[in-house]
Amino acid sequence: MATQHSRSAARIMMAPAVTLLLGWMLVPLIATLYLSFRDYRPMRGGDLGFAGLENYTRFIGSSSFWPSILTTLIIVGGVLAITIVFGVLLALLLDRPMWGQGVVRILVIAPFFVMPTVSALVWKNMFMDPTNGLLAHLWRFFGADPVVWMSEQSLLSIIIIVSWQWLPFATLILLTAIQSLDGEQLEASEMDGAPTLARFWYIILPHLSRAITIVLLIQTIFLLSIFAEIFVTTGGAFGTKTLTYLIFQRISESQAVGLGSAGGVYAIILANIVAIFLMRIVGKNLD
Amino acid sequence: MARSVTTQQKAINTALAWAVGLLIFFPILWTILTSFKTEGQAISDPPVFLFFDWTLENYRVVQERSNYTNFLWNSIFISVGSTLLGLLVAIPAAWSMAFTPSKRTKDILMWMLSTKMLPAVGVLYPIYIGAAKMGLLDSRTALVIVIMLINLPIIIWMLYTYFREIPGEILEAARMDGASLKEEIVYILTPMAVPGIASTLLLNIILAWNEAFWTINLTVTKAAPLTAFIASYSSPEGLFYAKLSAASTMAIAPILIMGWFSQKQLVRGLTFGAVK
Amino acid sequence: MGRITLDKVTKRFGDVEVIPPLDLTIEDGEFVVFVGPSGCGKSTLLRLIAGLEDVSGGQIRIDGQDATELPPAKRGLAMVFQSYALYPHMTVRKNIAFPLKMAKMDQAEIDKRVNNAASVLNLTNYLDRRPGQLSGGQRQRVAIGRSIVREPAAFLFDEPLSNLDAALRVGMRLEISELHKRLETTMIYVTHDQVEAMTMADKIVVLQAGVIEQVGSPLELYKSPKNKFVAGFIGSPKMNFIEGQEAAKYDAHTIGIRPEHLAASATEGAWKGTVGVSEHLGSDTFLYVHDTGLGEALTVRVSGEFNLRHGDTVYLTPEADKIHRFNAEGLSI
Repeated sequence: MATQHSRSAARIMMAPAVTLLLGWMLVPLIATLYLSFRDYRPMRGGDLGFAGLENYTRFIGSSSFWPSILTTLIIVGGVLAITIVFGVLLALLLDRPMWGQGVVRILVIAPFFVMPTVSALVWKNMFMDPTNGLLAHLWRFFGADPVVWMSEQSLLSIIIIVSWQWLPFATLILLTAIQSLDGEQLEASEMDGAPTLARFWYIILPHLSRAITIVLLIQTIFLLSIFAEIFVTTGGAFGTKTLTYLIFQRISESQAVGLGSAGGVYAIILANIVAIFLMRIVGKNLD
Repeated sequence: MARSVTTQQKAINTALAWAVGLLIFFPILWTILTSFKTEGQAISDPPVFLFFDWTLENYRVVQERSNYTNFLWNSIFISVGSTLLGLLVAIPAAWSMAFTPSKRTKDILMWMLSTKMLPAVGVLYPIYIGAAKMGLLDSRTALVIVIMLINLPIIIWMLYTYFREIPGEILEAARMDGASLKEEIVYILTPMAVPGIASTLLLNIILAWNEAFWTINLTVTKAAPLTAFIASYSSPEGLFYAKLSAASTMAIAPILIMGWFSQKQLVRGLTFGAVK
Repeated sequence: MGRITLDKVTKRFGDVEVIPPLDLTIEDGEFVVFVGPSGCGKSTLLRLIAGLEDVSGGQIRIDGQDATELPPAKRGLAMVFQSYALYPHMTVRKNIAFPLKMAKMDQAEIDKRVNNAASVLNLTNYLDRRPGQLSGGQRQRVAIGRSIVREPAAFLFDEPLSNLDAALRVGMRLEISELHKRLETTMIYVTHDQVEAMTMADKIVVLQAGVIEQVGSPLELYKSPKNKFVAGFIGSPKMNFIEGQEAAKYDAHTIGIRPEHLAASATEGAWKGTVGVSEHLGSDTFLYVHDTGLGEALTVRVSGEFNLRHGDTVYLTPEADKIHRFNAEGLSI
């Protein structure tokens, strides 16, 4: 649809965005790659020379590496399972005719807008505190011993907090997807004699599969790098050190920048594996 | 689906949905309620729900002790500033990709999206040192730039999906009617794109407001926004439930309200247009 | 004035040549219709004339002046789009006034012209509404209003009626024809509907795959199509084509006979067949006759009612002087 004139104008208008993003991507990436091959410790005099692959082997070899991978997988997997299962159920519920649908929607979405540091602190202190937390009161009310959430059930605590934050996201997207389902399709399946459960299984769920995949991938990317929730609750203690947090500690707390940068490269590779799948789906939608 | 539902069924749906909705909303509600209690009532056993002596004391104390307005101002400055700067860069880019697409447009869009997926922690140190070298550590400028950059792909994508819905024929009609490129943008494109730009603005202010990795890592006190301010409450000596609640309420209230307004655009923005 | 000349105009998209070099002259005041199946390049041709696409080669002249490199706004042409392309955020008044405002005309003159156009198009009561509040036909009129206020050298219409329902389409067709008679301005009209082409055009340009198959008045095309494609495209129902022995009798590879030039009888005639479906329109009856031994079913148009039922035997006779003959290449002999 374009003429030569508009095409060259287009190129000029894209230049700032492309340049900025290119710089934003390349400069730190190259710096991180460079640092990952150096023995770089700011507290001990800075750059102590070429390190070869040592940072990479040491990062993997450290006793905290595999536990951090496991922790990451448990948190990401747990949150994904919870948000998607409950997200589908909640979306189905919210799609049904009711009074005050708009208000319920708003209530359900609200946690998504709460900043991560606030939700982590509120949950940690006001709900999961073993003496004054609301959950402790609830446990005592039923005659049980309050759970010491942050130290004894640390992973579960973080999964609960993060799930609470992301459930609205999953619900909202799945609800949008359900609402886009052609009503006539459901009526046709009803005419064909499909009972409710079969309709869910054969019509609704396949219709949702694309939205579920998208939720899965987008959440994975964000969940792989959750930070504030851990930072303000356990600070990485009690087995809640994720890969992201481990790298953060290496760089910020122990000031082993070369080592941390090697970890950063691993994190980038991991995120890219997920990203490839997400981009395929998003890309298909462009045509 | 146009079909009638019995009142009874509707009542069951309503009760169930409201129960679940309130349960999910409860932590926020509880925080807001607690912010109006005294510290004593905040930890009373059994907890009091509504029947306590409502007080604004906590808000006053938080404000006095921590210079809340300073953090608030930083949050506003950083989120609004980064979003406006982002729009400035993104509008022309999205415009040209939507209306003069080339064979590479799709690749460029996908590449832009891929920069969003770079884990922040992977580039923490270079950015940190870069900011320090330029004397921008603990400065709002650094955060405005960094947050603008991390949200730029989302801004471009959102605008792109909105712009693409403006039929090309309308812009061609303007061209036939004698409008120059500038007039085309001023009289036709911008007014038609305002709703899309507004929701992009809103969603990105929310995202920037809640950004908690760079805001914590690149600030100390001077430029610290509310995310960092709240994080400082995690140390035990700062811990008072009622005051924590008051500070939290103040930190989330503005964004909660904005969020409710932007909920319709949220899905599209966060899924890069893949779900509408 | 609006005399438009295309001189070896070519359009390529990448390596694909959608319009091979093409010559065409459109006289001032003519109503020219570009017609052809979808994908034939008729819309591309219109957009080349409008200046919305660059030509890959050749020259476009408007009133003798080279307009090939001129931007759309400088060509003095107005266009009505398929989707009407109204500005949704402007009232009808502002939509119509927009080209005048862009031409920096003074407000009094703008008001005068807008009011004038509105009264011609019966839009006076809708001037303060937005396009979203109008019906399809009204939107169409606004789009036309927006193009007439500029008093362009020529109007370009890109399938303007395809979004309207059948009844409205006939009405708008008349209105546009009426407008042309009154303004006596050149109009170029693109459509895939041969009925629109036949009813509106002074001159029809039949296109296929970017190539002009034939140019002529509606009746010229109907009476003496240059080839099988034009013969089949113009006229409704479609012309019947017969090949083989029967065609050889007429010294042709293929013969064509229009449904209205076949006489049907229950008792005698040249070709014998069986009645299939018959469509009763009241004024006419369309018969689909099978088993004639002449290839595909033949369509016959009979005036008024015709009382043969499904499965009955029918005899058909062509009007000898209305038979079209084509050679093996599909060209008229």
